Amino acid sequence: MAKKVPEIPSASMADIAFMLLIFFLVTTTMDVDSGLERRLPPPADPNQAKTDIQINERNIFVVLVNAQDQLLVENDWLAIKDLRTKTKEFLDNPSNLITLPEKEVKDIPFFGPTEIVKNGVISLRNDFGTTYGMYLQVQNELVASVNELRDAKAMEKWSKKFVDLTVDQQDAIKMIYPQKISEAEPKKVGSVK
Amino acid sequence: MSKFKKDSTKELPSVSTASLPDIVFMLLCFFMVTTTMREVTLMVKIKKPEATELTKLTKKTLVSFIYIGQPTLQYQKVFGTEPQIQLNDQFANPTDILNFITAERAAREEAEIPLMITSIKADESTKMRIVTEVKEELRKAQALHINYSARKKVDLQ
Repeated sequence: MAKKVPEIPSASMADIAFMLLIFFLVTTTMDVDSGLERRLPPPADPNQAKTDIQINERNIFVVLVNAQDQLLVENDWLAIKDLRTKTKEFLDNPSNLITLPEKEVKDIPFFGPTEIVKNGVISLRNDFGTTYGMYLQVQNELVASVNELRDAKAMEKWSKKFVDLTVDQQDAIKMIYPQKISEAEPKKVGSVK
Repeated sequence: MSKFKKDSTKELPSVSTASLPDIVFMLLCFFMVTTTMREVTLMVKIKKPEATELTKLTKKTLVSFIYIGQPTLQYQKVFGTEPQIQLNDQFANPTDILNFITAERAAREEAEIPLMITSIKADESTKMRIVTEVKEELRKAQALHINYSARKKVDLQ
């Protein structure tokens, strides 16, 4: 006589299905959109008289992008992959070079008196013919260099990443490395139609 | 010991759990079908540029999208191949953005308005002329918090 095969218990089937259900509920995050976050300057006040703010040449980091997607950084042709290093050098000025922005000793919470770059400003100007992809790459490199500097500082002080710090600690680091990127009105120079 | 005869205890038949897996599977299918994004139908071709310094748009309800790109094939007869701006489900001019932002604001609660983000989804080959116009309009509309939509760049070291 053939032996009866014991039936597989189906009681746990519901539990398995529930587990699947929860798994799908958790993982279907509906393709979270991500992107580069920026803040636009407020609209220019037409009543305000145009004032020329005198900024020392050494305090401005000029980045130009032309219609052929080429970069001109501080009057030098530069490849996009070198932009990050160059920007970091400008923002940090580690060896206190005369060509890089001025430094100043300032009292910073947690850090005490620290030598920081006083008013280094990154000035970005693109052409009307620049492609959006290139523009975003440049923006990304500039933001990345600030973030890398902040991360390095946070690592040095608290051995933590910048994002893991408390708000006060983040503010202190933001004082050392502010994100000052100014975008000039684009010019129409040698654009290709 | 006839008191405890097996037959004498009238037990209620337990509810059959055989159909429970089926019910749960039905739920599962329901969730799998409905959790797809309710996005507008794209009328422009968009290939997002790549970037590394990304922030996620967590509060979906507070984000308004502006799409910029070349119209898809079916619209090219009418709108040509030049990059166009798409707001909601139609093509628009840069001057329409002010109204669009106002409408988006009116749809939200007052407390949420300062937290609103405008996400610009543009094709990477778009020229900056049109993007700059959009940015100028956003400045006029006081929608200053923007997000350039991008993909995560795969680091190849």
